[in-house]
Amino acid sequence: MSKNILGREIPNYIEGYGAAVPYAGLNTRRPNGSGKIKLRPNQRGKNKVLKSIEDAITASGLKSGMTISFHHHLRNGDRVVNLVLDACFRMGVRDLTLFPTALFEVHEPIIEHIKNGVVRRIMGSVNGPVGRMVSSGVLPEPVVLRSHGGRPRAIMSGEAPIDVAFIAAPCADRWGNLSGLSGSSRCGSLGYAHTDALYADMVVALTDNLCSCLIAPVSIPQTHIDFLVEIPSIGDPKGIVSGSTAVTRDPLRLLIARYASRVIEASPYFKEGISFQTGAGGIPLAVTAFMKEAMIRSSVRGNIGLGGITGYFVELLKEGFLKRLLDVQSFDATAIQSLCEDPSHIEISADWYANPWNAGAAVDMLDATVLGATEIDRDFNVNVNTESDGALLHGIGGHQDTAAGASVTIIAQPLMRGRIPCATPRVHCVTTPGETIDALVTEYGVTVNPNNADLLERVRGKSDLPLVSMDELIDKASALSGRMDEIEQGDKIVAVIEWRDGSVIDIVRSRG
Amino acid sequence: MRRTMMYLPGNNPNMLLKGYLFRPDGLIFDLEDAVSANQKDAARILVRNVLSSQSFGDCEVSVRINALDTEFWRDDLCAVGAAAAINRRVNGIRMPKAESKESVIALDDTLSELEDKNSLPQGHFKIFCLLESANAVWKAYDIATASRRVTGLTPGGEDLAADLRTTRSREESELDWIRKMILVAGRAAGVDVLDAAYPLIHDLEGLKKQTEGIRQLGFDGKSVLHPSQIQVIHDVFTPSATDIEKSLRIVRAAAEATKNGQGAVAVDGRLVDVPVIKRAMYLLTLAGLDAEEAVL
Repeated sequence: MSKNILGREIPNYIEGYGAAVPYAGLNTRRPNGSGKIKLRPNQRGKNKVLKSIEDAITASGLKSGMTISFHHHLRNGDRVVNLVLDACFRMGVRDLTLFPTALFEVHEPIIEHIKNGVVRRIMGSVNGPVGRMVSSGVLPEPVVLRSHGGRPRAIMSGEAPIDVAFIAAPCADRWGNLSGLSGSSRCGSLGYAHTDALYADMVVALTDNLCSCLIAPVSIPQTHIDFLVEIPSIGDPKGIVSGSTAVTRDPLRLLIARYASRVIEASPYFKEGISFQTGAGGIPLAVTAFMKEAMIRSSVRGNIGLGGITGYFVELLKEGFLKRLLDVQSFDATAIQSLCEDPSHIEISADWYANPWNAGAAVDMLDATVLGATEIDRDFNVNVNTESDGALLHGIGGHQDTAAGASVTIIAQPLMRGRIPCATPRVHCVTTPGETIDALVTEYGVTVNPNNADLLERVRGKSDLPLVSMDELIDKASALSGRMDEIEQGDKIVAVIEWRDGSVIDIVRSRG
Repeated sequence: MRRTMMYLPGNNPNMLLKGYLFRPDGLIFDLEDAVSANQKDAARILVRNVLSSQSFGDCEVSVRINALDTEFWRDDLCAVGAAAAINRRVNGIRMPKAESKESVIALDDTLSELEDKNSLPQGHFKIFCLLESANAVWKAYDIATASRRVTGLTPGGEDLAADLRTTRSREESELDWIRKMILVAGRAAGVDVLDAAYPLIHDLEGLKKQTEGIRQLGFDGKSVLHPSQIQVIHDVFTPSATDIEKSLRIVRAAAEATKNGQGAVAVDGRLVDVPVIKRAMYLLTLAGLDAEEAVL
């Protein structure tokens, strides 16, 4: 057992995970390893289109104990994960490592497949009921949580090889070209699936929209796709469009968003050519709206809008407030349509978006980002993975990546969620280290990380931005919540939280 | 400053606890219209406890009690008195349906008793009168001068329109003369004149237009129903950079003249007299500046 640089105890070897490299700082782990892109024999004359998922499983050579991957562009409307696992169960394929880019409530049937032995291990976010179950320690091996950038890094470095990637495709042709831009299950960008398509040993595409002619434009080319299966439906459109794409109307959340926007405005980075990521969710969308007001007020025009793209970002592009959108995930119908029509709206892979070990991740172009948190502590360390009871309920997403890449990173969050304080002396687990966080914004004002003395001075000079110290905030939260009971924990490690470079920033133990 | 006085429903704990975070100039804990008759007791207890236990930043804190023709107002005052005994910042009573000089005197007397009972200094409580009928508007000056506690006058909205046998239009042209009458009465009595709230909470353009109108008339501020209205009103009441600069020149010139024993002084070629100086100092206050410090 050793302590990493944040003082978190990390075992030298974690059963079911392997040797752990303790987190030692933002960019201290040097790139190493090399994943392989599998070469295939000549495919001339081959019919890639198979009749069923079972046929594809057989053709791909999937066996018990292998690793299968999925993307989450269909979000809570996804049918593909459940269909593939059901087929594996019927075929007696067991002990699989599930390697999704994210899971949602709709994937609750995984619980049955954990019980019946089809799924042995999960590498990826475990939300909702699956998270609660996994937190009790039912899986023999710990979940591995990686960021959107850490995941392609792990694949490309060979740390996390994929045996078979199953790619849901809203639009495909018989040669294996894929796109998310059309069809009844259209989802826009397929950015999270690009690396899987490139590096998996075998790639199976599933579509409910098989076109007879070659599709255009192409997101993932036929060069990576081994087999195709046409199924009645890959997703429910109602669940595909994210439920979190409306600006909040809650006055307190609007207040937080306004403060966050004002902090960006007060920073040295609010100038011509600013690039930013605000994401989806009520507060971030409101920040986007307030940023537009600020840009009008100051006659500033931005450069790049990044990340999960919403209609609000598209509006900024169309009206000339941004020059380009880099889209790893399209959150709503407006974003999808824009991706279809506007060459300045560019689909990017998760590798391009956030991989710390490539020659130029988009997150490194960010001037400012606004993120959420479950908890944040005196050292500004942030937890987004566990709930107040210690259960795993959220993935990392792009949290680590954008925080590390952006010049100014703001956590915008109400101080309390019900009785649960967001500001706390010590977070239950660390997802993102405090050194990447510049300010916390709550309804009580702005709490600037003292390490960023310049921002502190700039905020201090603004009469409309109340400054609150972290100690004051924690005291206030504590006064409102009363004493919180310690989370009871067992010995078993249920999750390993990797920093985006693959070092271990923290672990999560089972709930007591 | 009383640019914005925000109503907080007495039965909404979230708003009671967090309303001050929106940084209005004042808060009005509402026990009257926002609370149904069967919720009066619960709201009164909640308001008392919140007022006793919480702080509210720099906000002026007042309570709208129920009207003096109801069975609730004495209990409301008891609760406010108990809270003020613990939290001295609680010192405003918003009096609905202030109809006459006599009704204000009756409230004044009860407040004096309340102050004694709660060991508060005489005169601790101020009264803000809501004029909600033609009769009340007609007697505005008498009402404003009925007690030294009276600090502000505010026209009613819906009730007043009904009493005038009209309805409240979007432009509120039916209240034009009412506002002017109350403004004159309030200024003559030496109290603040605060406008009624703009009821269309999503129409921020309409709010801006109305606020510009009442500011030009001479009003000191406006009631607020929703946090989104605060910034709009503050923006209207915030002087321009040019006005601030001119006001600074006036107060500095006046201070210099006083120091040199001069009776009058000219700024930008115009003679500056006492009202102009007072106006300049008020404008600096609106800009968040301390006139005395500005002179230094």
